[in-house]
Amino acid sequence: MKIWVVAEMHQGTLAPTALELLARARELGDVEAIALGGGAKAAAATLGKHGAKVVHVNEDAAFDDFIAEPATDALAELYKQGAPDLMLFGFTPDSRDVAGRLAARLEVGLISNAADVAAKDGGFVAKVPYFGGAKIASMKANQKPAIILVRPKSFEASEVGGTAEIKDLAVTIDAGSKRSHIVERVVEASEKVKLEDARVVISGGRGMGGPDNFPLLEDLAGALGGAVGASRAVVDAGWVPYSMQVGQTGKSVRPGVYIAVGISGAMQHTVGMKASKVIIAINKDAEAPIMKMADLGVVGDALKIVPALTAAVKAKKR
Amino acid sequence: MKIVVTVKQVPDPNSNLTLEADNTLSREKEVVLDPGDECGVEEALQLKEAHGGEVILVSMGPERAKDAIRKGLSMGADRGILITDPQLAGADALLTARALAAAIKAEGPDLVICGTESYDGSTGMVPPMLAELLGAPQVSFAKKVEVDGSNLKVHRQTADGYQVVEVATPALITVTAAIAEPRYASLKGIMAARSKEIKQLALGDLGIERGEAAETIEGLAEAETRKSGVVIEFDGTAIDRIMAVLAEAKVI
Ligand SMILES: Cc1cc2nc3c(=O)[nH]c(=O)nc-3n(C[C@H](O)[C@H](O)[C@H](O)COP(=O)(O)OP(=O)(O)OC[C@H]3O[C@@H](n4cnc5c(N)ncnc54)[C@H](O)[C@@H]3O)c2cc1C
Ligand SMILES: Nc1ncnc2c1ncn2[C@@H]1O[C@H](COP(=O)(O)O)[C@@H](O)[C@H]1O
Repeated sequence: MKIWVVAEMHQGTLAPTALELLARARELGDVEAIALGGGAKAAAATLGKHGAKVVHVNEDAAFDDFIAEPATDALAELYKQGAPDLMLFGFTPDSRDVAGRLAARLEVGLISNAADVAAKDGGFVAKVPYFGGAKIASMKANQKPAIILVRPKSFEASEVGGTAEIKDLAVTIDAGSKRSHIVERVVEASEKVKLEDARVVISGGRGMGGPDNFPLLEDLAGALGGAVGASRAVVDAGWVPYSMQVGQTGKSVRPGVYIAVGISGAMQHTVGMKASKVIIAINKDAEAPIMKMADLGVVGDALKIVPALTAAVKAKKR
Repeated sequence: MKIVVTVKQVPDPNSNLTLEADNTLSREKEVVLDPGDECGVEEALQLKEAHGGEVILVSMGPERAKDAIRKGLSMGADRGILITDPQLAGADALLTARALAAAIKAEGPDLVICGTESYDGSTGMVPPMLAELLGAPQVSFAKKVEVDGSNLKVHRQTADGYQVVEVATPALITVTAAIAEPRYASLKGIMAARSKEIKQLALGDLGIERGEAAETIEGLAEAETRKSGVVIEFDGTAIDRIMAVLAEAKVI
C-alpha cells in the first residue's frame, strides 16, 4: 500500500500532527510524506526518522502566504504522477481546508474527524466519534484514494530511525491560486507553558463566573507548572481567547492531570481531554456529566476550592 | 453585495440526540437552524446593513428544512432556496457540496458564508469543497470581516491568535461564533418572513446525479468511557484528597 502523509508546516516548523500520523501510517504501508513551504527540506530529515521513505518537498513561499489553494495544486500535481491508496491529513484548520478542496478536485469523498485508521480487506477503515462522541463508528472508505483526516493526538509520535529520500515536487503556483493572502499574523496567546504540551492542564468553564476569576486558575497553573485551558462557552463569551479552547473545535490535550473547573462536561469538550491520565473535576453540581468521568470529583464552589488548592500546593512546595 | 449564506437544519443541541435503526441521526426530534449558521446569517445581515445588497439563504435537506430557512428570513434575510430530493437522503459532504454549488452558481454571489462546522455533521468539509467547486478562494475560521470595495480583510482565528487575510470577492468564508451575536427575530420579522420566497429545487433541476457513497458505516460501538471515580463534597478533607491525587500523578 502506498500512503501519503501530508505534513503540515507552520512557517518553517513541522506541525506535531505530521509525526503522529507517521506513527500509524508506517504500520499500514510504504509512506511518502509531503512537506510544503519554508523549512520543508529540513523537516524531511525528521520525517525520515519517523518512518517516511520519501519526502516530497517544495519551499515556495506561496505555501506559507496563501491559504489552501497552492497546497491543493501541489498535491493534485503529485497525484497525477501516481495515486496513493491512502492520504492522511491532520484534522486541523489548515489541513481541513486543503483536504476538502483536494477531495472536490479529485472527485473523491473523504472521512473527517477520525480517531484511528486501520487496514481492512485491502482498504481502510476509520474510527470516527459519532453521535456527539457517545459512539464510535467504523467507516469504510469506498473510493481510492481514501482520504482520511485524523484528530491531533490520536497517535503517539515515535522515531524508528531511517533516512527519507528527498524529492523535489515541481509545481508552478500561478496567480490564480494566490488569492487568500495572509498579510499579518497576530499572536495573542502569551502562555508560559503550551497547552498541548503541559503536564497539568487546568481548564475553566462557565462555572468560573466571569473573566475576572480566571487569574485564580492562572495562579494554580503557576503553582503546578501547568497551563490554563477553557471550555467553548467561555471562549464564545469572550472571557478568554480561542487559543485556550479545549475540545472538538479547539485543542486536544492528554496531560498527566486535567482539572476541569466549572465545566459541565459536554461531549464536544470531553472529546478533547478524555485521554488525560488523571481527571479531577470541580463543580457545584454532583450530577454534572464531567463528574462521571473524573477520577476525583469535588462538589463545591470553584471560587472557594481553587484558591484553597493553590495555597495547599504552594505550602507543600515550601 | 450579494451574499449567500448556507444554512443547515440540525437536531436541537438542547435536546438529546437519538439514532435511527440504520445508525443515522434521528431527524424526528426537535430541529433548529444550526447555531453556527445563525451567526453566519447575522454577519450577512450586518454586511448588508453596512454595504447594501441582498442576503439569500441556501439549504439542502428534507422539506421541513424550510423552517430553518424561515428562521433566517425572519431575522431579515431576503429569500431562500431549498434543495430537496429523496435521492439526497444521507448525502455525504461531497454530494452536499455539489448540490449547494450548483444552486449557488446560478445566483453568482459576491460572498458565500458558511458555518465552520455543522452541529451534527461536524466534519467542516462542506465549505472547502464548496469553495473548490465554485472556483472561489476561501478563508476559514473568520472572526471578523471588513469590506473595502470588492476586497475583504478577514481575521482568521488560529491556534495562538489570528491571521489577517486579504481576499478579493467572489470568495467563501466560514465563520466562528465570535463573528456576531445572532439577533432575535422581531414579531414584524416573523410576519414578513411568511411572504418571502423559498424556491425549491430537486437534483434534476441542478443537473446532478447521485454517485457512489464515499464511505459506509460498518458498525457502531459505544465510545470507551472512563470508569467513574469518586465524588466527594468540599469539606475539611477535600483539599488533602486532591493533593493526594496530584502526588500520585507525580505533579507535585
Ligand atoms: C459543533 C460544536 C462544537 C463544539 N466544540 C466545543 C469545544 O471544542 N470545546 C468545548 O468546550 N465545547 C464545545 N462545544 C460546546 C459544548 O457543547 C458545551 O456547550 C460547552 O462545553 C459548555 O461549556 P461549560 O461547561 O463551560 O458551560 P456549562 O455547560 O454552562 O457548564 C457550566 C458548569 O459550571 C458549573 N458551575 C456553575 N457555577 C459553579 C461554581 N461556582 N463552582 C463550580 N461549578 C460551577 C455548573 O454546575 C455547570 O456544570 C461545541 C458545541 C458544538 C455544537
Ligand atoms: N445540508 C446543508 N445545507 C446547507 N448548508 C450546509 C449543509 N451541510 C453543511 N452546510 C454548511 O457547511 C457548514 C459546515 O458543515 P459540515 O461540513 O457538515 O461540518 C455548515 O455550517 C453549513 O453552513
